[in-house]
Amino acid sequence: MDFHLSKEHEMLRKMYREFAETEVKPLAEEVDETEEAPMGTIEKMGKLGMLGIYFPKKYGGAGGDVLSYAMCVEELSKVCGTTGVIVSAHTSLCCAPIFEHGTEEQKMKYLPKLCSGEWMGAFGLTEPNAGTDAQGQQTTAEDMGDHWLLNGSKIFITNAGFAHVFVIIAVTGMTTDKKGRKRKEISAFIVERDFPGFSVGKHEKKMGIRGSSTCELVMEDCVVPKENLLGKLSGGFKIAMQTLDGGRIGIASQALGLGEGAVEEAVKYTKERVQFGKRISQFQNTQFQLADMHTRMQASQFLVYSAAMKKQNHEPYSMDAAMAKLFAAEAASDVTRRAVQLFGGYGYTREYPVERMMRDAKITEIYEGTSEVQRMVIAGALGVN
Amino acid sequence: MKIIVCVKQVPDTSGKVAVNEDGTLNRASMATITNPDDLNAVEAALALKDQTGAEVTVLCMGPPPAEGMLREILARGADRAVLISGREFGGSDTYATSQIISAAIKKIGLGDEDVVFCGRQAIDGDTAQVGSQIAEKLNLPQVSYAADLKKEGNTLTVKRMLEDGYMTIQVQTPCLITCIKELNEPRYMSVAGIFDCYSMPYEVFDYETLKDDPLVDPSTIGLKGSPTNIFKSFTPPQKGVGVMLEGSDKDTCDKLAGTLAAKHII
Amino acid sequence: MSSFNSTDLAAFTGGVWVFCEQRRGKMMATSYELISEGRKLADERDTELCGILLGDQVEGLAKELGGYGADKVFVCEHPLLKDYTTDAYTKVICDVVEAYKPEVMLIGATNIGRDLGPRVAARLHTGLTADCTHLDIDMDTYVDFLRNSSTLDVDKIKFDMEDINLKMTRPAFGGHLMATIICPRFRPCMATVRPGVMKKAEFDQAKADACAIEKPAFSLSAADIQTQVLEVVKATKKLVDLIGADVVVSVGRGISKDVEGGVKLAQELADALGGVVGGSRAVIDAGWMSADHQVGQTGKTVHPKIYVALGISGAIQHKAGMQDSECIIAVNKNETAPIFEVADYGITGDLFKVVPMLIDSIKAAKAAR
Repeated sequence: MDFHLSKEHEMLRKMYREFAETEVKPLAEEVDETEEAPMGTIEKMGKLGMLGIYFPKKYGGAGGDVLSYAMCVEELSKVCGTTGVIVSAHTSLCCAPIFEHGTEEQKMKYLPKLCSGEWMGAFGLTEPNAGTDAQGQQTTAEDMGDHWLLNGSKIFITNAGFAHVFVIIAVTGMTTDKKGRKRKEISAFIVERDFPGFSVGKHEKKMGIRGSSTCELVMEDCVVPKENLLGKLSGGFKIAMQTLDGGRIGIASQALGLGEGAVEEAVKYTKERVQFGKRISQFQNTQFQLADMHTRMQASQFLVYSAAMKKQNHEPYSMDAAMAKLFAAEAASDVTRRAVQLFGGYGYTREYPVERMMRDAKITEIYEGTSEVQRMVIAGALGVN
Repeated sequence: MKIIVCVKQVPDTSGKVAVNEDGTLNRASMATITNPDDLNAVEAALALKDQTGAEVTVLCMGPPPAEGMLREILARGADRAVLISGREFGGSDTYATSQIISAAIKKIGLGDEDVVFCGRQAIDGDTAQVGSQIAEKLNLPQVSYAADLKKEGNTLTVKRMLEDGYMTIQVQTPCLITCIKELNEPRYMSVAGIFDCYSMPYEVFDYETLKDDPLVDPSTIGLKGSPTNIFKSFTPPQKGVGVMLEGSDKDTCDKLAGTLAAKHII
Repeated sequence: MSSFNSTDLAAFTGGVWVFCEQRRGKMMATSYELISEGRKLADERDTELCGILLGDQVEGLAKELGGYGADKVFVCEHPLLKDYTTDAYTKVICDVVEAYKPEVMLIGATNIGRDLGPRVAARLHTGLTADCTHLDIDMDTYVDFLRNSSTLDVDKIKFDMEDINLKMTRPAFGGHLMATIICPRFRPCMATVRPGVMKKAEFDQAKADACAIEKPAFSLSAADIQTQVLEVVKATKKLVDLIGADVVVSVGRGISKDVEGGVKLAQELADALGGVVGGSRAVIDAGWMSADHQVGQTGKTVHPKIYVALGISGAIQHKAGMQDSECIIAVNKNETAPIFEVADYGITGDLFKVVPMLIDSIKAAKAAR
């Protein structure tokens, strides 16, 4: 068991960090204040291959691995939670399902442009009445012979404001299961922004990741080409669940980065701040807090990287991803809160980034499966539910 | 068309630097980085590659650990890397270094359409001599302090900075250009580049590889062959401790102004 | 060039030379500084001090060099020398050096000097030391210099007191280290010196009148020149003269929260003290000031009477550019900032609050006299 990163991964860490410090960090405050996504950064990331990290070159990806993708989201999130989730949602929730379930034609049509950033991606599963209860889907997709007709709405869709490609989950019919119960037949579709009948609603104002474009999607007799069914009919729910499994690694990485970033800021600040004639880093409480914070994030990192490597090796990773997200998200919320506390009054102001990190961290316990859902997944894998 | 870029791995002198008890620099205390001006040279080469499809060879004279830096430059988009390394080369001053690098460039081959890029100066030696001396040894026209560059056919038009303005200079290939930071924004390594760099062409030229070139004569390389030698090196003494004034209010400022006036400094 | 042997030391009896750079018919100030310094070296070697001046119709600039100590000026005029080109200037200088064989040549480390010096040295197969801050020939003066300017225990070191090599001291590793370089086996021994480092001597009209002018033979044709100068453009904005200023007030990253306000404050303080405004590398890199304001290792080296550092941490590269200032005043929020290590007076505080008060205090103190 080798806990060392390869030379390539070390180089990647270096590049991601330099990029994050130089291109992303200076904009983070403004992105949060103006609630505008950093489109310039997206373009730069596309050129460097950061928007298709673990997809093969054949499809325009960078030919990397899942670990290098996790590290990317981690490093970006250390300085800007919004930028981290933009990459994560685009990669795990749109590129990945197309890569894993698409036909060769669909892959060749969508992946190259997604990987270069020419098109950004999003994922539409959540609805006003279907959050954790994803089966409560009400969006319908009717088979009109030569096309599909989609009707319904999705909410809280990340990247919606600027994405061109959406993987949309919809109900295509009713079936009866083995036990004779009526079940919804759910399928997945690739929907492009300019398909007739598709519109994006207004930007949702949020507690954190304020620059992340979170919008409603409205489909009113939205015309989707027949060939845009993703995977097989009735396979949509499974695609959604598998997609979320992968997405959890991305969000866990985001939480990891947020927590690590907060620890770095707190270490720096406590070494400068003088009260009672000493640097506050010399007080034992400060030292113990920081020790706990660092340990929690380090443990999170191992869980995240382990899940990433299992996915890369095509091993079952669902429980690992759930553990990583559960642990990292709760750690991030805890660690960022403690960081604000260590900063004292200054930490509560916008002058320092820790209050933003704290606001950003909260969502990692909620989206792409709440911590409660992660517990269900883990318990399920343990065989106790 | 071929493009050759010369780079150097240097200690990061902008960070904290430790000094040994005997006054010598503790080089191990400093992180190593690619010389900043050389990154601008690399970017100039890559930009020309984007424009013309030319092959970019990155060249470095240094010890074996410099391989990591060369791989990083391959990851930015260079096509081939050459490390010039050998005990015989150690201790070379700029003159000797330029001979060795010139021999290496000749071995790689420099055609009529080719361009050599160097950074203006390295942050450890700060001499800005090697680029110019390579140009002399290879009998190439040189343009230094390049802040802007355009290529049309075999003609380069260069904005060459002066302290109080600039000169616009035209030069034909083959030629050598030294680059300053105003020339461009060095690109980052790309993800794909990083995954590919360890399988890209990489060679080491040692003394055996180059010794047949008349420029690489034992009498003209290394410590023995260098026209300049270090006579003494030392650390400058720390300036005497100054006075840290109490507070930062009006009284403090009045006190300072008063002291300065009394000493006829103002 | 084939007969030129740079290792035949005894043949180099041509004296100490200084390349005197002129641009568009105006002599660069650094030439007078180097002539002044060269005079000292020539005296130690009991030999001639000669300037070498290239250009088109520039003879009129030569006599003034005599006023600062030159015995003779070699004037090389040709239309092809009007604008600097590496090839033309290198060829002419090498032709003349080959004929007259100076033992030392000094060149001002301007953007042009740093392009020319190495090419000449390479062609002549001799050593060149760049950015020298101190030059000695006599061992006595050199040992004294070491005693005052280094941490070496000079009395415990054995020196060859008869050594007559030119000892060229210069900073390395961004200024962390000083090195004295020699060129024992080749001639001419070449050195470049940064503008503003050496002091200009008192001008002596009689010496200027006595200065000899010689026009050496050289060959130069268009075929010798491999580059073409399309235009020479002077910067439209008036550049700040940091080197000539008595007072420099510099700003650093500490002004980031209000760049415009910070620069304005610095200007007001500079006005109150009778000086100019400079900036650290961070400020120039961020685009808050133009490059002519940069103080530091890769910017300008200054030693004004008063140097004020506002919001500058004092990284070694910056210190290298200003630490020899006569009086250094630093204002920084962080009391552990390295700038305080070289400051004569330090104030820990927010420059935006301190500087306005300081301006008032200084005005009051001046008025009180």
